[in-house]
Amino acid sequence: MFILKLAWKNLWRNRVRSAITMAAIFFAVLLSVLTSSLKNGIFDNLINNLVGLYSGYIQIHRKGYWDDQLLDNALQTSSSAEKKILSNRNVLHLSARLESFALASTGEITKGCKIIGINPFEENNITLLASKLIQGKYLKEKDNGILVAEGFLKRVRLHLNDTLILLGQGYHGSTAAGKYPIKGIVRFGLADLNNNVIYMPLLLAQDMYGAQNMATSYALSLSNAKELDITANELRRSLSETYEVMTWEEMMPDIKQHISSDTQSMLVVQTILYLLISFGIFGTLLMMMAERKYELGMLVAIGMKKARLAWLLLLESVMTVFLGCIAGIAASIPVVYYFNRYPIRITGDMAKAYEQFGFEAIFPTSLGLSNFISQGVIVLLIGLALSLYPVYTVWKLNPVEAMKK
Amino acid sequence: MKTVIDAHNISKVYNKDKIPVYAINNVHLHIELGEFTALVGPSGSGKTTLLNLIGGLDTPDAGKIEINGTDITALRSNELIDFRLKNIGFVFQSFNLIPVLTAEENVAFIMELQGMSKAERQNRIKTLFGQIGLEDKLNSRPSQLSGGQQQRVAVARALASKPQFVLADEPTANLDTASANKLMDIMALLNKEEQMTFIFSTHDPRVIERARRVITLVDGSIVSDTAQVNIYSTNGHEK
Repeated sequence: MFILKLAWKNLWRNRVRSAITMAAIFFAVLLSVLTSSLKNGIFDNLINNLVGLYSGYIQIHRKGYWDDQLLDNALQTSSSAEKKILSNRNVLHLSARLESFALASTGEITKGCKIIGINPFEENNITLLASKLIQGKYLKEKDNGILVAEGFLKRVRLHLNDTLILLGQGYHGSTAAGKYPIKGIVRFGLADLNNNVIYMPLLLAQDMYGAQNMATSYALSLSNAKELDITANELRRSLSETYEVMTWEEMMPDIKQHISSDTQSMLVVQTILYLLISFGIFGTLLMMMAERKYELGMLVAIGMKKARLAWLLLLESVMTVFLGCIAGIAASIPVVYYFNRYPIRITGDMAKAYEQFGFEAIFPTSLGLSNFISQGVIVLLIGLALSLYPVYTVWKLNPVEAMKK
Repeated sequence: MKTVIDAHNISKVYNKDKIPVYAINNVHLHIELGEFTALVGPSGSGKTTLLNLIGGLDTPDAGKIEINGTDITALRSNELIDFRLKNIGFVFQSFNLIPVLTAEENVAFIMELQGMSKAERQNRIKTLFGQIGLEDKLNSRPSQLSGGQQQRVAVARALASKPQFVLADEPTANLDTASANKLMDIMALLNKEEQMTFIFSTHDPRVIERARRVITLVDGSIVSDTAQVNIYSTNGHEK
């Protein structure tokens, strides 16, 4: 207790030095929390955009479908399988899809397109498709109409309420054909989707492709996206081997690679930041040890054991680092919250480039608690590691040498 | 008389590998309980080195030092620190006190290290501050005390652990005459009333004239060891 009291008093013996050290730690924590939460916020946004736009966090297919994406590899929809999937504690929504290709003709123009048969209500739970509607009405389960992506509609030069003829190959080589009114127009940021996609109710798609009660995939949304792999493994265990369960990371490995390489770059930036902090703290520790050399020698001379003296200095360092960390975390909370609520918005050509890839051109911060805790803990550990210098110096201390003037 | 310090043929050599310099050369020293001894000599004569050796702050290259029968040259570093805490009081020339602690806390500190109970500490502090005449300065920080007052607190701290003897290295070097005399009065009184053994390294005539034994060192060797029998110094202060 006495040592603790002495450490606390020593902390304030040179207020300017302590304030400089704490300020260095304060700004380090503030910057590293901001960097970390911005990085995680950008990636979360990217994943939400991609996953929310199209894939879902997890997809379940008939085994082999992903490598050979043909209608003939579609799965038989099964209420018992759906129940089993939905019984997983982390699965929030499930939507069956039937995806294939077709030729879309207006009579004068014919273009290839991707057809996605969906259950309108369930699909909206996962991809918020209704929010992409820019004209017309959203689909209903038993509609005969279709939703056409804005870019594709321009390619075939049609408008809302016009009729489009679709022609393709159905299940097991049958002919798939039909005439469908355009009930609504949807817009996507991702050019690939916006220029090629047509949505229709699942029942209508099954009817057109002659694939009654069939779907190419079940798309799932999760209540906790962080448990992606755990949930996928649980589903793999609970479903029979005729299904393949794939996470978005497995379906879009290039995105995972992009996140991984960006994380590495960010890590380099953070490491430089940590190095700067380390030099700052170490500099003040060096000053402190030089300034107190005589006093430390005197304390050992009068009978203070080196272990106790080392503990005293360690406590002083820990207190300095801890106070700096707490202040840094406290100051970062409103800043992180502000940039989460009012994200940094990119404009101009860069924004267009982002939108081309289907991402909103905004950089929000992540409010995840781990951003604050992990950065605080890292800086605290750096402080602790550097505090070993005074401990080492005390261990080597010769009171006679230390007290020489 | 009980022997407190018995140093046998001790030597301390610096620069052993090149041109050896004997800071202490084959010194034999015998100090008994209740002595009031001054180590004197010119600068570089080895006063402080001898004090450091008998205080266990430094180790001799040859010889043996026994304190109350314990050979301190055989103790390990940590044992030596513990030995110093329990047996030896130190008063240094300056910067004796911990600046962030009050006078009372500075004295209590050494007793905390010894693990004394709070009640015992409080009693001892009351007695010691009464003896050094600073009862009204208990809550003053070192920076609020004069140099003489700081040295008196240092004496109280040196005595707090009830040591076998007190080693004082140039205790009056930075003090004016009045403060130096006051400090010497206190140490002389403690020596007389509590039979506390004091050993000073000094070249201050104000200290030398108050000592009852004066050991003169030159080039690391004892060249004279004389007892002074007069009880009062010329300025009337009791020895």
